[in-house]
Amino acid sequence: MIDTLREAPSATTVRTRRRRATRPTGWLFILPFLIVFAAFLLAPLIYAGYLSLWTKGLATGTTFAGFDNYTRAFGDPSFRKGLWFVLKFSLVVIPLQIVVALVAALVLDEVTGRLARFSRLVIFLPYAVPVVLGALMWGFLYSASFGPVEQIATAFDVRAPFLLSQGNIFYGLLNVVTWQWSGYYMIIIYAALRSIDSSIYEAARIDGASGRQIAFRIKVPMVSSALVLILIFSLIGTLQFFTEPQILGPIANGSVTPDFTPNIYAFNLAFRYAQFNYASAISFSLGFVVFLAVAIFMVATRKRGSIFT
Amino acid sequence: MRPRHVGAKLLLLALCCYFLVPVWWLLVASTKNAEGLFSGSGALWFNGFHLFENLGDLFTFNNGEFVRWLGNSVLYAFAGGVGCTVISVLAGYGFAKFTFRGRNAVFALVLGSVMVPLTALVIPTFVLMSNVGLTDTIWAVILPSLLSPFAVYLMRVYAAASVPDELLDAARIDGAGELRTFVRVALPLMRPGVITVLLLSVVSTWNNFFLPLTMLSSSKLFPLPVGIGLWTQLASSNNAGGQSLWNLIIVGSLVSIVPLVVAFLTLQKYWQGGLAVGSLK
Repeated sequence: MIDTLREAPSATTVRTRRRRATRPTGWLFILPFLIVFAAFLLAPLIYAGYLSLWTKGLATGTTFAGFDNYTRAFGDPSFRKGLWFVLKFSLVVIPLQIVVALVAALVLDEVTGRLARFSRLVIFLPYAVPVVLGALMWGFLYSASFGPVEQIATAFDVRAPFLLSQGNIFYGLLNVVTWQWSGYYMIIIYAALRSIDSSIYEAARIDGASGRQIAFRIKVPMVSSALVLILIFSLIGTLQFFTEPQILGPIANGSVTPDFTPNIYAFNLAFRYAQFNYASAISFSLGFVVFLAVAIFMVATRKRGSIFT
Repeated sequence: MRPRHVGAKLLLLALCCYFLVPVWWLLVASTKNAEGLFSGSGALWFNGFHLFENLGDLFTFNNGEFVRWLGNSVLYAFAGGVGCTVISVLAGYGFAKFTFRGRNAVFALVLGSVMVPLTALVIPTFVLMSNVGLTDTIWAVILPSLLSPFAVYLMRVYAAASVPDELLDAARIDGAGELRTFVRVALPLMRPGVITVLLLSVVSTWNNFFLPLTMLSSSKLFPLPVGIGLWTQLASSNNAGGQSLWNLIIVGSLVSIVPLVVAFLTLQKYWQGGLAVGSLK
């Protein structure tokens, strides 16, 4: 049916094209989104900016503070410590996730059969598990009273490391986040790999390319825009780190401090100490750092051309 | 089977084990009673079968507050997910298939906003909502969930790729209005994209923790993740009464995971295709 309709007379097509150029009905289609966008993105953003310029004291009331909250935020050891933690964490967790996702996707693109289909679903499965529960399950597995880590260690007569202790929580969280998100990234890369025309591989094979060369010289460059997209998503997500440490906090014996990450810090400032102005400044500063990190990253990978070109 | 795939298959098996371990543990632990859970016998193998007792306890504990949370989660995920999908599909189609003054500027703004960390907006949204008296109501969770700039981007790409202009023109020439053209002609062609966006937005509402944690203070409005988070805090701060609560947390987690896993398994042929379009332009 599509084919017959495509053969519409060209004169009509030209006329309707011209009419579409001045068709304001498009606004009606995007209007509901624009309302939500204005109410829940622009308004809070502007309001946070406004709030952060004021300060509220018990004796003095609300007074205009200019950029005082920001100089305070960037000089605040709690904020700096949290920021340093999420930056350090991103630098390790993002490459780790991408490597796991990319290797799994390349293998799944190559191997067929029941095991491959089953693995694809199993690796993706954690995405369907709420983050709170993913963190909790690993918390249980780490714990000395229910977890197998302790039991296996006892069987071999060694002391098990408690992965949520002060020194180990970085690795404990690294594992939780990798488990939770690698499968989702794997599916995005896998979908991109599947949509490559396989005649390219045939041509490469005729030219004498090995399987490994095809994977790294053809497949990886061809999915680079998917990789850039994933990198940006995981960067934005990791810098806002909140749920996993917040959930593991109660069972981590004090490793998760109230200023563990910038988001946890802002949350505690607002809801434990009712410092909404300063909390807004912290949120805004974090947002600024995220924006800056993404912008730097995009300039660095500009040639790859992703969604923002 | 060619021998060179043996290494790849072993790798897949190892990955399967890693990704299944926590879920397997949850499944096994859900069948144990408090005694079995703390007995120190193999954490990864069965010890008695008390799944149905645990489920009974779960659904009746504290006047059935878990059932209430489950209902809340379904409501938030359904209202937030469906609402977000409708809004995003309309907007994506509008951006892809209409040329109007200001379109590119608005779309650039939307794309730029993909980079805004949404959790940074939660605290100011809370203050704004409390000014109009909407905090601690279902609207405080549902309304902000309607926003997803990424879903709009995905639908724009999908609409541009799957709906030919000629087909829309033909429908218009036949006298169909814009809404009718959209519903009858464009929407069926965009179905895999729509289902992908629906799943993504249902998942993100179902999983959301920070937003409801901030917005809600009465526990009868909590969705599952916030409710289970509350139980965890109670259980770890209170060791004596805590033991039986850990059982409920474990079996409650299992019940919370099942619906989405089932949804993803049954709809896999749609979302796997839909995701490809967003990542490859």
